[in-house]
Amino acid sequence: MLQIKNLHANIDGKEILKGLNLEVRPGEIHAIMGPNGAGKSTLASVLTGNPAFEVTDGEVIFNEKDLLELAPEERANEGIFLSFQYPVEIPGVSMVNFMRTAINEQRKYRGQDPISATDFLRLMREKKELVEMDNKLTNRSVNEGFSGGEKKRNEIFQMAMLDPKLSILDETDSGLDIDALRIVANGVNKLKRADNATIVITHYQRLLDYIVPDFVHVLYDGRIVKTGDKNLALELEEKGYDWIKQEVDVK
Amino acid sequence: MEKQYINLYKQYHETIKKHSSAVMNAGRDASFELFEQLGFPTTKLEKYKYTDLSDALSYDYGLNINRLNIPVNPYQVFKCDVPGIHSYLYFVLNDGFYPITDKRNEDLPENVIICSLREASEKYPALVEKYYGKLTAGQKDGLVAFNGAFAQDGFFMYVPENVQLDRPVQLINIMRSDVDFMANSHNLIILEKNAKAQLLVCDHTMDDVRFVTNRVTEVFVDEYATYEHYKLENTHNKTTNLSTLLVDQKASSNVLGNIMTLHNGVTRNTIEIGINGEHCETTLCGMVVGDKNQQVDNYSSILHNKPNCHSTELFKYILDDVSKGGFTGRLYVARDAQKTQAYQTNKNILLNRTAKMRTKPQLEIYADDVKCSHGATIGQLDESAMFYMRQRGIPEKEARLLLMFAFTADVIDYIRIDALQDRMKMLVEKRLRGELSKCEGCVICQ
Repeated sequence: MLQIKNLHANIDGKEILKGLNLEVRPGEIHAIMGPNGAGKSTLASVLTGNPAFEVTDGEVIFNEKDLLELAPEERANEGIFLSFQYPVEIPGVSMVNFMRTAINEQRKYRGQDPISATDFLRLMREKKELVEMDNKLTNRSVNEGFSGGEKKRNEIFQMAMLDPKLSILDETDSGLDIDALRIVANGVNKLKRADNATIVITHYQRLLDYIVPDFVHVLYDGRIVKTGDKNLALELEEKGYDWIKQEVDVK
Repeated sequence: MEKQYINLYKQYHETIKKHSSAVMNAGRDASFELFEQLGFPTTKLEKYKYTDLSDALSYDYGLNINRLNIPVNPYQVFKCDVPGIHSYLYFVLNDGFYPITDKRNEDLPENVIICSLREASEKYPALVEKYYGKLTAGQKDGLVAFNGAFAQDGFFMYVPENVQLDRPVQLINIMRSDVDFMANSHNLIILEKNAKAQLLVCDHTMDDVRFVTNRVTEVFVDEYATYEHYKLENTHNKTTNLSTLLVDQKASSNVLGNIMTLHNGVTRNTIEIGINGEHCETTLCGMVVGDKNQQVDNYSSILHNKPNCHSTELFKYILDDVSKGGFTGRLYVARDAQKTQAYQTNKNILLNRTAKMRTKPQLEIYADDVKCSHGATIGQLDESAMFYMRQRGIPEKEARLLLMFAFTADVIDYIRIDALQDRMKMLVEKRLRGELSKCEGCVICQ
């Protein structure tokens, strides 16, 4: 589904990703962990086409398409979804209008007619239940005045609405209390199918108790330096990142 | 530039007076003398530094001082109303009140008077005399003085004590001429105690010639009265629209002004609201969508003369191409106007490097127990919001539109007439999409 080869990327002239390789197949959950400043969020930004980042080398193939050639909206409509670490508040744009526009753009991209009003409302209701989202929130402007937990829940709600092939969850657990974490994780697990995949970017092992990964990668200094199964996350939780840093730096 | 008008007045002041009324003529010569002194305002004046009229006033404009009939029935040609608004509908054609009104105005409450100012000052001289010119009297302003000398007619509305109009009143200023034309009109609006009225003023142009309009509106809002003033400008780019709105607010009254410029040439709106009683509520907001070489300058002045009043001001501009915007928010709090709360915001988006915005908060606070704030920003569309929307599959162009539209949303939310609010959403969206924002079935806006 996703092949990343030798990916290099800069922001403001500073190299953050320094030759990253990763392959994700349908049905898999990959966790990417790593110390601060390793490039985890940069990876999410580059995959989704954030114009602030510049790719200097390497290639990314997503379902046989050269992802780096596509505009952010095209990547989204190809099925890539990012749950933002810091969801953006957009005063004046209602959640309903925002979601309807997004759904219809996706349908247009696939050559489908716009969704009918009743189908849209039914879809909204169904997906809201999935993340136990309050009705009030969808009547408001996008993320405006939402608490940290509500924003993250809203991300998963949007993910459910758009039904992506590849979801990237960037620090979705940060700022969540245990209950909210469980709801968000349940939502993600319910959306899991054999034909979609998830990349979970996180600092802490905590989230991985709920969303169990098939692979755990350690990202350090712009590269994936270690890959293991879910036990690697537990080991990191116990020992920290220093032993990995040492291992890498010695090499 | 002034000279031709000065000569015109000297030569024809008898004609001007003959086609106006005694009340309006009373101060005419004095206004003329003041204009002779002041001339047209230039950018050298602090109050006019964002309004450059030198080009607009350099053309030769016709005036209709003989009050010749303009053979147009606006009720027939004009279908540009806001659907569903069910307004009482009136027209000022160029500079005169269109005298024959149609059946939709029949159920206007009996004791409410809406007619031409000239007619009102002949029929109800005592009433008109009590108010006419009382707010313009203190104005040392060339445009107001010019209006005092040349305006012969205008719109008159009187809502007596305890009468609350059930439907909005709509006044449409239409400009119709085969030659470059200048119109001066004077509107007088009186709300007695506990009265309520909503007025929607629309500015439109019919012909592809140059227009200058110089309109002065005096509004008197007595105790416990509520007045809403909406101004929607949708004219062509050869129009120079000069308007002065002067409001006198008595105790416990509520005034809302919403000044919206969707399309224009050169616009200068001067708004002065005098809060002359305690416990008043004042809201003044506005919106500008400008492109090409349009110019819009809103000069506002809110005068807190009495304690315990509350004012909110919000203006938003979206400027593209080489358009220019200006905003002045003067806020005056008199020494004994304690417990004043006054909040002012002006936010602007420049869509490219060539558009210009100049904004100036001007707070003069002489009381020591007040809450006042002001904020002015000039910026671009929020890039992080853009990316967020694109990540959800919304193309860049559509995302920009949504953001621009959202930017104007809070100004539109201040509209208290539902039909107008809906209409404005549509008109703004159309305007932002680059389509003509003319109303359905309208044959006039071109």
